[in-house]
Amino acid sequence: MKRFLKKNWIDFVAIPIGLFIFAAPFYFIFVTASKNAKESFQFNFNFGEKFLLWENIKTVLATDDGIVIRAFINSTILTIVSVTLVVFVSSMAAFIFARRPSKWTTFANIMVLAGLVVPPAIVPTIWVLQKLHLFKTMQGLIFIEVAYSAAFAILIYKGFIASIPKEIDEAAAMDGCTGFSLYRRIIFPLLMPVNVTIIVTTSVAIFNDFTNPLYFLPGAENTTVQLTLYYFSSAYLTQYNLLFTDILLITIPPLIVFIIFNKRIVSGLTAGSVKG
Amino acid sequence: MMAKVQKKKMKSPYSYWLVAPVAIIFLIFFIIPTLVSFFFSMTRWTLFDWEFVGFENFVQYFKEASLAIGFKNTLIYGFVTSGLKVVFGLALAILLTGRLRAKGFLRSVVYFPVLVSTIGVGLTFGVLMDPNYGIINTTIVSLADKVGWQTYGPGWLVDPNLLPLFSIAFVDVWKGVGMATVIFMAGLATIPQEYYEALSVDGGGAWDKFKNITLPLVQPAMAAVIILSFIGGLRSFDLIWAMTNGGPGFLSDVIASINYKQYQAGFYGLATAGNVILLIFVLALTGPIYWYFNKKERQA
Repeated sequence: MKRFLKKNWIDFVAIPIGLFIFAAPFYFIFVTASKNAKESFQFNFNFGEKFLLWENIKTVLATDDGIVIRAFINSTILTIVSVTLVVFVSSMAAFIFARRPSKWTTFANIMVLAGLVVPPAIVPTIWVLQKLHLFKTMQGLIFIEVAYSAAFAILIYKGFIASIPKEIDEAAAMDGCTGFSLYRRIIFPLLMPVNVTIIVTTSVAIFNDFTNPLYFLPGAENTTVQLTLYYFSSAYLTQYNLLFTDILLITIPPLIVFIIFNKRIVSGLTAGSVKG
Repeated sequence: MMAKVQKKKMKSPYSYWLVAPVAIIFLIFFIIPTLVSFFFSMTRWTLFDWEFVGFENFVQYFKEASLAIGFKNTLIYGFVTSGLKVVFGLALAILLTGRLRAKGFLRSVVYFPVLVSTIGVGLTFGVLMDPNYGIINTTIVSLADKVGWQTYGPGWLVDPNLLPLFSIAFVDVWKGVGMATVIFMAGLATIPQEYYEALSVDGGGAWDKFKNITLPLVQPAMAAVIILSFIGGLRSFDLIWAMTNGGPGFLSDVIASINYKQYQAGFYGLATAGNVILLIFVLALTGPIYWYFNKKERQA
């Protein structure tokens, strides 16, 4: 026993500290979400008299004719459509950038770098959206999310495609498979490992995005989950249990993604960054 | 020679058309707004109408205290968050690639906050840091009471000094350190174990190993962490907005939150000038860092 303790003392120090720092806030969310309104004012780690999580969830979902449900639907549509577009348009472009070095691809590299670094010009973007009749529309926000996510995706795809032997597509090109069909039939099936990385990181970023819906999709009808959460923070000033129930609900989708992809996120990201 | 001629005649199998979709979206929704922002930053603008005012917006940005504070706060926030993410990220990466048994479990615990909603995290810590009833201060007060020290605890988010900005930066680090840790872990994985063994044979201790092997060889990963978190820190908006709305007053306002306030108030020209300022700020500060690490890598 003594030897066991001596050998593993780091674990006995690191696990409690790690849990305390990183998991305690989530425990607090869960506890507060299962209290009644009065108990939720006692900001502590003790459960209330009754476990009211289900009642609180029902109340939150019924608020304002189900605005949270509408927000979940909107956020799901936004995330799925944007991520699908990001995967296809970025990998297509990255394929060309990786395979056809020229003046244009140098320019494209600079654009990718700009897309990563330059903060978007908000009001001029609204102006452009208005001219195109896309302001305050889901389609408009989808284009915005694609435009802002593409640079990172292209960077990751390009690194991965560069590691695919060029002989594979040269052989296919000999057989007359070029352009889009070369991409779709030869390259895209090989991209699956990196697709997972892009899908996970981009979908979490877009689902959690607050700033862009705030600017480009204001209004109660089209609201997304992060916006409802923000509005609730002022509406639920007297009912912290409901506010934290909403926080809990919004944490569930990332939690599912995390449980499914945990190992692959870390290994996928590390594979990418070692290269970069 | 023959091959070259043939290649020229043959149409490349890598058609530029495949670039078109992303290029069009990027052009319309990113490049064009960025380019026109330089013009509209010099106007008084209602989105329908504009009036050219030259550099008036920029002058106002530097002159008004409630706007100029954004420069200082953005700088502090960027440096504090990226600095702490480097220190804690590297420490955690070393710990989580070491001889810990619960490695896998702790990696997950550290990484999970990265995936969670920033607004949710901000609101939660807003409650935890409540000056009177928050768990952090009630704990401090009761602990202090035990040693006979009367205190109210710090006003994490309401103190009329720099403390609120630092409190938010701390939460930012809590949420983002998992990302830095993962990048550092990837960097550590590229260091050959033989180097450490060789140093052990020569009688080097843990500190020698860290200073002479880990630190120099983890440089590329460190560059990635510094640049990513510094850019993120300078552009940060949602966490600050969720926790303090830039308050108390405008003491924790950064450029991005000031721009939102100007936008809300309908000062579109001024908000766009703020955007241009933020752009120049980010480029001027990250450019040298990028250049420094690039040069170092080429020398290595």
